[in-house]
Parts: sequence; structure tokens; C-alpha cells
Amino acid sequence: MKGYELYLAIAYLILGPFIGGLLDGVSRKITARLQGRVGPPIIQPFYDLKKLFSRKLDPVNSLQMPLVLSHFIFAVATGFLIFEGSDMLLIIFVLTLAAIFLVLAAYSTGSPFSAIGANRELIMMTAYEPMVILTLVGFFKVAGSFHFGDIAAVGKPTILLLPGIFLGLVYVLIMKLRKSPFDISTSHHAHQELVKGLTADLGGPALGLVELADWYESVYLYGLVFLFFSWNPIAAVLGPVVTYFIIILIDNVTARVKWELALTSAWIVAIVAGMGNLIPFYLIARVVH
Amino acid sequence: MSGIEKSPWLIHYDASSCNGCDIEVLACLTPMYDAERFGCIVTGDPKQADIFLITGSVNNLNIPVVKNIYEQMPEPKAVVAIGACAYSGGVFAECYNVKGGVANVIPVDVYVPGCAAKPESILDGVVRAAQILAEKKQAMKKARRAKSPAQEAAK
Repeated sequence: MKGYELYLAIAYLILGPFIGGLLDGVSRKITARLQGRVGPPIIQPFYDLKKLFSRKLDPVNSLQMPLVLSHFIFAVATGFLIFEGSDMLLIIFVLTLAAIFLVLAAYSTGSPFSAIGANRELIMMTAYEPMVILTLVGFFKVAGSFHFGDIAAVGKPTILLLPGIFLGLVYVLIMKLRKSPFDISTSHHAHQELVKGLTADLGGPALGLVELADWYESVYLYGLVFLFFSWNPIAAVLGPVVTYFIIILIDNVTARVKWELALTSAWIVAIVAGMGNLIPFYLIARVVH
Repeated sequence: MSGIEKSPWLIHYDASSCNGCDIEVLACLTPMYDAERFGCIVTGDPKQADIFLITGSVNNLNIPVVKNIYEQMPEPKAVVAIGACAYSGGVFAECYNVKGGVANVIPVDVYVPGCAAKPESILDGVVRAAQILAEKKQAMKKARRAKSPAQEAAK
């Protein structure tokens, strides 16, 4: 059991950027097609990244680059620890730390745009964190374990046991991936009211590192989606792919919301869908005993 | 090739003009013209931009703004002056506060003609600016290579 998990984690370190970059490229292409455009080539994100890293490093202060680097390291470490089979409940802290480093990097620049972006990112974190924790509780209820390998090998149709949790996770996944309608801290779309928000004042290699961290993050987040479908090989492929397309579709058909709605709706979804899904588990446990 | 021409990120600024050219710049992003197929991303942040699209003439008030944006952009960078005003001041050239074309303030690489400039010609200007970026990048590399042996010899 342990052996293959280490290989999985190393594969994630090496292949993560390629998969994440392709996910980004395909998403841009599909977005363009949905809007009736030709769109950029699928490997456009790699062109962008190559250009960003070819730029001269020009940080606005001495603090910015170490913070961005820490963000990158912890974002990569989160995925590594998930796939390596560490306790997922502890990984939540690493995940939060990665996000905090990016917020600190944005605050350090002194730009009002990055400051508002950082504020909004903190709000987004409070919005998605409860649902992420509920997701792990749900996995524990089904698999009796907080480890990636055990949950993947549970052999039960997790999606049918945890439909509410899945709905809630997709809801907060949109926030974590910064897709519309929850791309309020920074956005990949051109129409952005905060200039670049969280990533304003990050130039060249610093922005490249943030992009790369985003790619790694999207890989382990879709890894979490995979856990819901792992009992059947066909579902294991179809599940995450369909989720990916649904998120792109939502990204294209919704307008950006205000932070109040983002926060309250995420918590309502976490309570209604997430907790509502967990209640039967506790009731059944009571009846059985 | 350096690859920079495949990912030209834009920043656009409207100096003193009738806004006609600026509206046409935005039209470049619509499904009809689709600037993104050339890898363009419109960014509001000069630190992330490679090509500076500027419309309208410059006046005393916006000269510091134009200079500020230009100086914040990392090397290599290209400037595309769009429309008659950005070239010479256009119909506003005689105004008491207008200083004329953009070239009075920052070096311009590509001029896009028109009043207002058509989205097609703006896209053409962007693609040419992307080629100029690649040439500048090449020149920077050459200069660095030429400099480093000389520096070592000096040591």
C-alpha cells in the first residue's frame, strides 16, 4: 500500500505542472469556444509561463519573493502529502498556510488593489474552509480513514453515499480555483474591477510561481474529486472530467458575485448539503448500536 | 525564437482623446476579433504587461501617468500608438494643453493608423509589436553575451 503511494506523490511532483497547465489550457480553449471565439492554443499556458520565467526578477520589496516562494512550496507540499498518504486532517493546515503566504505577499506590496484582493482572498478562505473539513469528515464516515490510499481503495460508490458533500465540494472548488462567480480576489478574465487584485504587483517569475502553484493545486483538488468516483474505473475517469466541464460551464454563464453572497452561500451550502449529508451516518450508527 | 511573441500581454491606456480608439481596443477582445488567439491577455498591471497600447494625444496632466506606466513595464517592452491622436495629436493638436503625439513622451514602436483605428488594424499592430518584442529580446541576449566576456576580461 505504502509503496505505490510514494510513487504517486513523486509522479504528482513531476507531472503536476504538465497536467495542471493542460487543464488550464483546455479550459481557456473551451471558454473561447463557448463564447464563439477561436481561442488560444491549448499549450498557451506553457508559453505564458516560459515568458514569465524569462523575465528579470523585479520584486517591489525584499519580503515579496520569499512569501511567494513559501506559497509555492506549501501549495506543492499540500498535494504531495495528500498523494503520499498523510493524514488529510493535518494537510488542511498546510493548505491554509499556502493560501496565507499568498495573502501576506499581496499585503506586503502596499498596492491598494492587492490589499483589497488579499482581503477578499481571506474572506474566500473562511468561505471554503468549513466545507473542505466536512468533506474529509464525510470521507472518514465512508472509508474509516483520513488517508488518500484508503479512501481511494474503499470499494464503495462514495458519490452515492456522499452526494451532498460532493455538491458542497464542487461549490467551494469554484472558489479555490478562482472561477466565476467566485473569482473576486483575482481573476483570469480580462474584466476585473481590482486590476489584478491578489496578484497585482507580482511581475515576471513571481507571477510564474503563483501560476505554477495554481496548476499543482488544481491537480490535487481534482484528485479529491476523483476520490468520490474511485470504486469503478470508468467512473474514476468520467467523474472528474465531467466535474471539470461543469465548472468551466459555470465559469462562463455566471457573473461575479459580491463577497457577502459568496461567504453566506458557501456556508449555507456547507450546512445544508454538507451537514445534511452527514446526519444519516450518525443516525444509522445510533440504530445499529 | 525566444517565445515571448507567443505570449504578448497587453496594457491599455487612454490618454486625452475622444475614446473612439479605446472602444475599438476593447472590441479586439470580443468574439468577433478575438485577440486571445494570439496569446494576448489584457492585464491592468504594467508589471505583467509586454505591450503598451496607448490611444489619444498626451497632455500636461497625463504625461506623468504615461511615463509611470512605461517605466513600470519590464524589459523588453513595446509601445503601440493607436490612432491619429496618438501619432500627432490629431484634431486636438491645436489645443492649448495638448503636447501632441505619444512619441513626445515615450518611444513608440508601432503606429496604428485610423480615426478611429479599426480593430483589424489594431490587431495587426499588436502582432507586429509582438515580433518587435522578440527582436528586442534577441538583441538583449546578444548584448548580454557580448558584455559578459568583456567583463571577465576586465577582471
